[in-house]
Amino acid sequence: MALLQLSEPGQSAAPRQHRLAAGIDLGTTNSLVASVRSGQPETLPDEQGRHILPSVVRYTADGVIVGHEAKAEATSDPLNTIASVKRLLGRGVDDIKSLGARLPYEFRQEDTAVPRIHTVGGDVSPVEVSAEILKKLVRRAEDTLGVDLQGVVITVPAYFDDAQRQATKDAAKVAGLNVLRLLNEPTAAAVAYGLDSGSDGVHAIYDLGGGTFDISILRLNRGVFEVLSTGGDSALGGDDLDRLVAEWIMSEAGISDDADHAMLRRLMRDACAAKEALTESDSAQLRVDLDDGSHWEGELTRDQFNSLVDPLIKKTLAPCRRALRDAGLTAADVEDVVMVGGSTRVPRVRELVGDFFSTEPMVSIDPDCVVAIGAAIQADILAGNKPEEEMLLLDVNPLSLGIETMGGLVEKIIPCNTTIPVARAQEFTTFKDGQTAMAVHVLQGERELVSDSRSLARFELRGIPPMVAGAARIRVTFSVDADGLLSVEAQEQSSGVKASIEVKPSYGLTDSEIETMLRDSIEHAEDDMEARRLREQQVEADRVIEALRAALDEDGKVLLNEQELESVEAALEKLVAISRSDSHSEIKQGIEALEKACEFYVERRMNASVKSAMSGHSVDEFE
Amino acid sequence: MLDFSKNYFELFGLSAGYIIDVEQLAGRYRELQRVVHPDRYANASEQERRISMQGATRINEAFDTLKDPILRARYLLSLNGIDVAAQKETTQDTAFLMEQLELREQLEEARSAEDPYEVIADLMNGINRKINTLIGQMAVQFEESTPEQLEQAREILRKMQFLQKLRYDAESLETELDEVY
Repeated sequence: MALLQLSEPGQSAAPRQHRLAAGIDLGTTNSLVASVRSGQPETLPDEQGRHILPSVVRYTADGVIVGHEAKAEATSDPLNTIASVKRLLGRGVDDIKSLGARLPYEFRQEDTAVPRIHTVGGDVSPVEVSAEILKKLVRRAEDTLGVDLQGVVITVPAYFDDAQRQATKDAAKVAGLNVLRLLNEPTAAAVAYGLDSGSDGVHAIYDLGGGTFDISILRLNRGVFEVLSTGGDSALGGDDLDRLVAEWIMSEAGISDDADHAMLRRLMRDACAAKEALTESDSAQLRVDLDDGSHWEGELTRDQFNSLVDPLIKKTLAPCRRALRDAGLTAADVEDVVMVGGSTRVPRVRELVGDFFSTEPMVSIDPDCVVAIGAAIQADILAGNKPEEEMLLLDVNPLSLGIETMGGLVEKIIPCNTTIPVARAQEFTTFKDGQTAMAVHVLQGERELVSDSRSLARFELRGIPPMVAGAARIRVTFSVDADGLLSVEAQEQSSGVKASIEVKPSYGLTDSEIETMLRDSIEHAEDDMEARRLREQQVEADRVIEALRAALDEDGKVLLNEQELESVEAALEKLVAISRSDSHSEIKQGIEALEKACEFYVERRMNASVKSAMSGHSVDEFE
Repeated sequence: MLDFSKNYFELFGLSAGYIIDVEQLAGRYRELQRVVHPDRYANASEQERRISMQGATRINEAFDTLKDPILRARYLLSLNGIDVAAQKETTQDTAFLMEQLELREQLEEARSAEDPYEVIADLMNGINRKINTLIGQMAVQFEESTPEQLEQAREILRKMQFLQKLRYDAESLETELDEVY
């Protein structure tokens, strides 16, 4: 057999192309996209030079508008203009009500657990709204960079639970993106400052955004990041600073509390401008046109401003104190404080936070961009552009995972702060004679009572052979992947009856719902869908072929004997041959066949790399 | 996949024993994760990503087991053919059990103490000291691992589990008190 005609010598030794990947900060108020170009991470602007994309999506009868143009219509078309959708991601309708948010939207709840918002463009779920923002950012990145993105890293708050993380990933799926990793926002900020390459220690990430405040305490231990604790205030942000200044102007200028909306909006704008001016100068001049045609002029000094906002800034220090206590630390243990969020530009914020932690806050990177930049750096590494990179981000699961047991109690299976990926199993038994089914209720949270925990999923294991109470042995296995996403499996041990049900969070979308959204998002065109599936499979086939060729070049002759090498190469050629087929299912089967044929080789390679990682150690250490 | 026939010590290239150099263990752990972690395979095929996930999970499990003195003892016993079910075996040492009762009473009384946090902190320090003493005793049993010594080790492990549960309850009480204020 002529198997050696495969490739020209040196063909696959061509210099590897730089793969472009992007980091996305999918924020509550604003979103950003960043990428590493010629070694430098930078946020990418739109064609008008604007880096920030307001996280606002407006649905019209003619289509979807995202960003500044949508935000401009927020007051004129509130029902169809959706802002702060991140607060709704991974939430049920009841959750949203209890969030206390006074939302103007019309919610529709049909047969699915996911709330839908009624707009003139149709009913949309928070996942789809988020997908629109992601699509807009990715289009911007691909236009700027001139190539398709290899993949993206999307940041999420450290306290996001499983349902919220899953919803974020679903949004990426609907947007047609390859997610390399979900990354915790504070971890991304720490990466942006290169804290991973510095000394080991404890770092605080102080994030004062427009409407929310978050504090995270991270520990870095030899390239490994661990989130120790998080805290914050979801109803406190930079907008509150503006409000305080606006109220001051009102009292100075004698504007009454019942001034109209237009006036209030103008005042908020003037207040914001004054706040921004005061980051540079010691005083800000104000001029407000009054309704009677006259105007008011005044001056706000930095000292006056500081005394106005001090109570508010001090309010952020209470969650800092609590987060430190949760981590079992004091302010003195914290080496650095990274400042995130536009409001941390206010000098008084830096001053008080610096005093609290007794350290000069880190502010050299634009606080609006720092999370996106960290995500871009991580995306670049994950895309394979820095094979020598030593950094490894080991995340922990932020909340404990467990199942409901008798009496409405939660039995924890994976405690919080366990390094992921992780799999843990626990055995349970039946409590009634002849019991043939068992309900598994999956919960998340630190509390002992089911009623205090967040319900993630419910499923049933059926077909347990009837036995006396306590005789059946049901093994429940929890697995959390590197993105913090959970899957659960239950198996009766003596009979082998298994309920390997794919657990989706209670407020998550089913695969078929995602499929439908994906289809909807490309305008109901069945052909487009088909074309897209085909392209996806071709890309995946190319990826598999490229990876296998590179692997064979590297160690094929070392790890495989002649026969094995021949069989692997033959399987590879088979896929090469069908990879340009126009049937996505044929290519898919081809990929599966190749993967099956090469499984032993992939395993051997991983063992070899493990062995070589350990080979630096003397032989006697190995016994 | 990682060689599943290897035990956790072999996986980290360490000789099996109770006394362990935690720094060395942590170093090996990071070296292994650097080559196996799914982040290293973000761009690889579905299959490689799956294998990498299983490998990283296994390494995390091995590390969590070996770094914890109680889990490590239980694991070493299981390598010697003795499976000690968590929380299910009880020591018959009456003096030890009496002491446990007293400690539990002290914990209950902490609730009504003037400074409950201080009482709990003192109690936890005491528990940690006791566990450390048992760790020392445990190390001796695994030096030669004769059947008698393994039986001794098992008894020490039962006591460790007792103390660990008490420590957990003390931590829970502290959390409970936090929530009240």
